[in-house]
Amino acid sequence: MDTQHPQNQQDPAHPDAARPVLEGPDIARVLTRIAHEIVERAKGADDVVLLGIPTRGVFLAERLAVKLEEITGRKTPVGSLDITMYRDDLRMKPARALGRTEIPGDGIDGRLVVLVDDVLFSGRTIRAALDALGDIGRPRAVQLAVLVDRGHRELPIRADYVGKNLPTSLRETVKVQLAEEDGRDAVLLGVKQTAPAGEQ
Amino acid sequence: MSKILIRGAKVLGGDVQDVLIDGETIAAVGSGLDAGDATVVDAEGQILLPGLVDLHTHLREPGREDSETVLTGTQAAARGGFTSVFAMANTFPVADTAGVVEQVWRLGKESGYCDVQPIGAVTVGLEGKKLSELGAMHDSAAGVTVFSDDGKCVDDAVIMRRALEYVKAFGGVVAQHAQEPRLTEGAQMNEGVVSAELGLGGWPAVAEESIIARDVLLAEHVGSRVHICHLSTAGSVEIVRWAKSRGIDVTAEVTPHHLLLTDELVRSYNPVYKVNPPLRTEKDVMALREALADGTIDIVATDHAPHPHEDKDCEWAAAAMGMVGLETALSVVQHTMVETGLLDWAGVADRMSHKPAEIGRATGHGRPVSAGEPANLTLVDPAYRGEVNPAGFASRSRNTPYEGRELPGRITHTFLRGRATVVDGKLA
Amino acid sequence: MMRHLISAADLTRDDAVLVLDTAEEMARVSDRPIKKLPALRGRTICNLFFEDSTRTRISFEAAEKRLSADVINFAAKGSSVSKGESLKDTAQTLEAMGVDAVVIRHSASGAPYRLATSGWIDAPVINAGDGTHQHPTQALLDAFTMRRRLVGKDALGQDLAGKRITLVGDVLHSRVARSNVDLLHTLGAEVTLVAPPTLLPVGVEHWTCDVSYDLDAVLPKSDAVMMLRVQRERMNAAFFPTEREYSRRYGLDGDRMAKMPEHGIVMHPGPMVRGMEITAEVADSDRCTVVEQVANGVHTRMAVLYLLLGGNEPAVSHARPTDSENK
Repeated sequence: MDTQHPQNQQDPAHPDAARPVLEGPDIARVLTRIAHEIVERAKGADDVVLLGIPTRGVFLAERLAVKLEEITGRKTPVGSLDITMYRDDLRMKPARALGRTEIPGDGIDGRLVVLVDDVLFSGRTIRAALDALGDIGRPRAVQLAVLVDRGHRELPIRADYVGKNLPTSLRETVKVQLAEEDGRDAVLLGVKQTAPAGEQ
Repeated sequence: MSKILIRGAKVLGGDVQDVLIDGETIAAVGSGLDAGDATVVDAEGQILLPGLVDLHTHLREPGREDSETVLTGTQAAARGGFTSVFAMANTFPVADTAGVVEQVWRLGKESGYCDVQPIGAVTVGLEGKKLSELGAMHDSAAGVTVFSDDGKCVDDAVIMRRALEYVKAFGGVVAQHAQEPRLTEGAQMNEGVVSAELGLGGWPAVAEESIIARDVLLAEHVGSRVHICHLSTAGSVEIVRWAKSRGIDVTAEVTPHHLLLTDELVRSYNPVYKVNPPLRTEKDVMALREALADGTIDIVATDHAPHPHEDKDCEWAAAAMGMVGLETALSVVQHTMVETGLLDWAGVADRMSHKPAEIGRATGHGRPVSAGEPANLTLVDPAYRGEVNPAGFASRSRNTPYEGRELPGRITHTFLRGRATVVDGKLA
Repeated sequence: MMRHLISAADLTRDDAVLVLDTAEEMARVSDRPIKKLPALRGRTICNLFFEDSTRTRISFEAAEKRLSADVINFAAKGSSVSKGESLKDTAQTLEAMGVDAVVIRHSASGAPYRLATSGWIDAPVINAGDGTHQHPTQALLDAFTMRRRLVGKDALGQDLAGKRITLVGDVLHSRVARSNVDLLHTLGAEVTLVAPPTLLPVGVEHWTCDVSYDLDAVLPKSDAVMMLRVQRERMNAAFFPTEREYSRRYGLDGDRMAKMPEHGIVMHPGPMVRGMEITAEVADSDRCTVVEQVANGVHTRMAVLYLLLGGNEPAVSHARPTDSENK
């Protein structure tokens, strides 16, 4: 289109200019490590249920399930948990389309649920996920696995399994790309184009 | 009474003339008239018309003084340029006896803003069953010549025939509200594409046309004249045109709103557009304009129908039917007929003054603007442009469909037998 | 989406698909032990019913409660048209009590539109059926039922392109028919109305559908047949000669149903007049979706309520879930 301005692509703040901090092989490696940690800490992982938080958390959970099966030889139930309606900022934006909640057939009662998400930031998503879980059943325990922990927690929440701790400033953005959704695997660190005063 | 000199008005939109009023009559018409001791009204650029005559007004008194009284209704009429209005009979009690029509007539006399000629009900209580004492109403002080059950149709063919025949004895005329009742049970708006979509009960054109067809044939058969109220469809125009071509003594009126508005407006479900007969389609509007221009439709009548706010500030089905029209009538006619080139000002004088006075036998109204005639006159500033603001109405009701709409023209002065009822657009 | 839901014609294709997709997610909640979501916690919704309709009222109430809204039921039976002022007064009274949304059922066509546009109240208005005008949530639940049965249970993002839907019966007095014609057209379906000519409105030729007087000719080409309720009093108003003749020409019995394609379904907005418009054999068959429609009504209404009231403004139909915000 003739309306596109080429200078946009040279803008350092443009997401395309973001710097990759993890590439495809790194992501595969950290997922393998997390899978081993789960097996180790869950003593064989025979009661683990992986629940990914849409969208990218679901793909990560599915990848972890594959890795767990490679390690244990057993299928690990994997599902998804949409937290949209449990968000504490629901009323601050237009109503959002819902993601999919797919609980594996045997449910979560008495199981060890491992929540899986791409980025851990304020912790509010995980708080919402814990509320959502409460409406679905009563797990034996809940753990959290994330690909990236970028800090800046606003709630007393921490991850049990972290792919990479990534110290960031609030002016930076962390963007996870996964082949299933984005066509490639990467974790990108960029700079916000305009940082609202409230986030300084 | 003092003298008034109207200086420099275009009489009937034609030559610029001075008009001298002396007492109740026009003393002289000419150029360069000497003002002498007369009060001078500078009318440069304005149109001088004979005082308008409305053959179809609802003044609501007696019975619904919350929506209009004879006083407020005639004030509204004066502001609209009218010097004579015919007050419809559907009051409470119904104007079906000499007593009621005399009461309305007397209230009109007392108001002093506009002559009020009561219309008598054709049938007792507007029920369509038994003729009212038509002769007694004619012989009363009110001297009723126009009879109508308006709001309801005289649907019984025998009653209609008898009424048409009976009023011949004293030169009366029956004004028919043409609405076949069975075809319009539960009717809420024009039946057509829009009603189908909106799910509102349809008021089909044929319910009007079938009654008009019947009544012109009845009039022909018994040799009477008949007047058709508020024509609203292209089909009605065709029937009246055919009847006139056969020599049937039929006259017809159209309201300003049917010359401008269509049923598309009902999509808003705003009951300000709810009226009977209903707003029709663009095709009907164009046919009505053409018919008014070529004389098939004889006159414009307002069907001024005031309703209190609460009767319109509700859901469509619950709302009353009708619109106020006296204070916007001439503007709508200027907009739809004059500015479209369909009618000149002389034509407006004919359709809004001369002809209605003739149909209703309103003596002293609808006369030429010439020396010796009663000084019933109105001055229009045709260059004026402004949004309709119901807050400024003299009418007690505000149910106008034109609120906020820009319409041309403004009545600056109205004279009733030489006395100014409106000066500079304000009641005198 | 718009702030109010007044007419199915107001929905774009993307809006409608978003509602159906959201309804799929809502449907999954009803399989859970706790059939409740917190989305409308602290919001008060008033069900303002000027016309009796236990089914629709209960369906909305269930949907509201599953989304954790506070519910006020207001039934103003038979007061509507005789006392026109009551709609305005009632609505303003409710708003003064802090109602966040009004679900309205009214016998007067246009009453919800009037309520939403007259400036009487600020709250969003959801039309639960007005006169012979519109019943948009019914059309949405019907479309949801059709998509599940004819396209697939999890046909997210899909519409009803090319599906042939036949509506049979009293179209003239049916808000369900009007809403369905609008919505099904938007979703790409081909709609045919079948009725005696007396029960079709003047002007129907301008609708986005075909019209036929011959049910038998249309059935073999129908993926879904929706039977509309015919009120017995219509017979007295000479819309058709006798109940028997109506049934013979426009009723659905087993023999007629057999003319439909194998996959074809029979729908009915309820309540059914068994015998007249639909025989017991058809009503109780596997192809008849009446009970499913009731269940789907709750899911669909949850979706509508969530999308209109779940945020600080209605959903934008193109919005997809994002995970970059406020982790």
